[in-house]
Amino acid sequence: MEKIIRIESKTLVLPLDDVDTDQIIPARFLTTTTRDGIGNALFADWRYDANGEPNADFVLNGPDVAGCEVLVAGRNFGCGSSREHAPWALVDFGIRAVVSTAIADIFRNNSLKNGLVPVIVDADTHQYLLDNPGITVIVDVKQRTLSLPDGRTATFPIDGFSRHCIMNGIDQLGFLRQQEAAIADFETNRPWTP
Amino acid sequence: MSGKSLFEKVWDEHIVVPETDDAPAVLYIDLHLIHEVTTPQAFALLKDQQLSVRRPDLTLATMDHSTPTVPVTTLKDLEVVAEAPAAAQIRAMIDNCEHFGIELYGFGSEYRGIVHVIGPELGATQPGKTIVCGDSHTSTHGAFGALAFGIGSTEAAHVLVTQCLLQRKPKIMAVTIDGALQTGVSAKDVILALIGQIGVEGGVGHVIEYLGNPLAGLNMEQRMTICNMTIEGGARAGMMAPDAITLEYLAGRPQAPAGADWDAAVERWRKLPSDPDARFDREVSLDASRLEPMITFGTNPGMVIPVTQPVPTDTGDPSFRKALDYMQVEAGKPILGKAIDIVFIGSCTNSRMTDLRQAAEMIKGHKVADSVRMLVVPGSQSIKAEAEAEGLDEIFISAGAEWRESGCSMCLGMNGDVVGRGQLAVSTSNRNFEGRQGVGARTVLASPATAVASAISGTIADPRELNRH
Repeated sequence: MEKIIRIESKTLVLPLDDVDTDQIIPARFLTTTTRDGIGNALFADWRYDANGEPNADFVLNGPDVAGCEVLVAGRNFGCGSSREHAPWALVDFGIRAVVSTAIADIFRNNSLKNGLVPVIVDADTHQYLLDNPGITVIVDVKQRTLSLPDGRTATFPIDGFSRHCIMNGIDQLGFLRQQEAAIADFETNRPWTP
Repeated sequence: MSGKSLFEKVWDEHIVVPETDDAPAVLYIDLHLIHEVTTPQAFALLKDQQLSVRRPDLTLATMDHSTPTVPVTTLKDLEVVAEAPAAAQIRAMIDNCEHFGIELYGFGSEYRGIVHVIGPELGATQPGKTIVCGDSHTSTHGAFGALAFGIGSTEAAHVLVTQCLLQRKPKIMAVTIDGALQTGVSAKDVILALIGQIGVEGGVGHVIEYLGNPLAGLNMEQRMTICNMTIEGGARAGMMAPDAITLEYLAGRPQAPAGADWDAAVERWRKLPSDPDARFDREVSLDASRLEPMITFGTNPGMVIPVTQPVPTDTGDPSFRKALDYMQVEAGKPILGKAIDIVFIGSCTNSRMTDLRQAAEMIKGHKVADSVRMLVVPGSQSIKAEAEAEGLDEIFISAGAEWRESGCSMCLGMNGDVVGRGQLAVSTSNRNFEGRQGVGARTVLASPATAVASAISGTIADPRELNRH
């Protein structure tokens, strides 16, 4: 997993609320057994028309998409299914941070394990970002801040452990495996067994 | 010091390492449910790092999501009935389970079925357990007083390797349901109404505990319907305290405790209900006595109305307008009476015997409208067998419906069962997202009763009207 400390990027803006994971990657693409090329399926049904041609008015098909790493979306981004294919597709496409006022729980958890920073900001900052697509912002994971071009800064919540893992590109499995003694002890001493 | 809630009791009992400001809690998982779609990448991680599955005995595996609902008598048939990627995924599941020593309820197993149907059926789902699965509808199992929630594939790998997860303690929301349900109103209508009330974002960051007298009048299958769709209100888990109905359901099931173990388990389970002075971070109440059959009109489960009511007026909100455009419905106009193409009865929400018996009873002596394709898909092979023993399959087939093998089927359009582009489906499943049931498919979520009434009339219909004829 790539280390992320600071992202400076123009924003892509998807001004819709409750964007669900079936939109981020429709279920018919989930028959894959790998993560290879999964970014091609990102927002497939909004990105392409019935003939497979790009929809010119969809944000991911705009002229300035190359190099954009920050996606600003409406409230409750990533609701719906637990498919980790959703953050995989976003990351494979090149997105490294998603900004909203609320991000669904399971999607948020999955994002933090894949180098996709969930950035939850206040309503005013969010509205400003929605109203001004394409501005350059700085997401600073170390400082837990999102900075606007005019110098205004919003803080976002990320717990210390997740921040550490994102900043160092650490897979949390390694940490869990270090708990082996405690896990074995728990299994031996719990009052009942499942 | 206040008492503990059901959630806190289960949470506290599974803490291997407590959470701190610097690190999340290490939470022990009692039951890991796995299926073919969200595990291949997890198993690949284990193979890459040459790791083994710590507790295959606490891992329950089946095939449901991409698995076709037409009969597969031998594995040689698989490529005939399933598209190549789905067939490859199913074969990967079989190979992975064999490689890692996990028992798979696969083709040929009388217990195969939707993962959230077979866990309870087998008695593997029990009060006080922690249960996870790479599927958001894992919330279903909370109906037994388990803490059950969906996880991603990376987390599935964590559980396979360590039987634990890193978790921050969520907040708790109490939802108190009051009043008796009217005739024609079901558990599905209750949960749809609740999601309409709190919104699809309402439960984010929370586990919901359901309280209130009407729960005592619901059987386990109806309770599962409510907990199943709790995730659609944004809450990862829904929980209900175990009671006599829970015990009656579990007694004698293959993986339920027996003999002295059963007595000890019951003793333990009796202590699970929330203490009278338990504290909740948020409290919500729902008056069930006023509810009507509910239907969705938009593209998320929170966009829901009583079947007799018009679609809400246009607020000018772009997400609202996009949803109405997609659904081809008009603000301020009813959708009752709108012509439909498909009726789907099935999914982890509504595919159990209670649902099938009710649907069969209603459709008996009627015909599915000529313009409608109706699919009835039992939640498991056990349910299929039980329904067939009661003759329900013949009732559905003679009414003009299709009767299938178990699986997720048309709920999510990845196994061959799809709603066509532009077609309108009345579905007992859980998500009406754009394209959920197939590219360009339009979905109206409803109870089995509303689905049957609609199948007969060929339009979105009020099930209470059918009863009057």
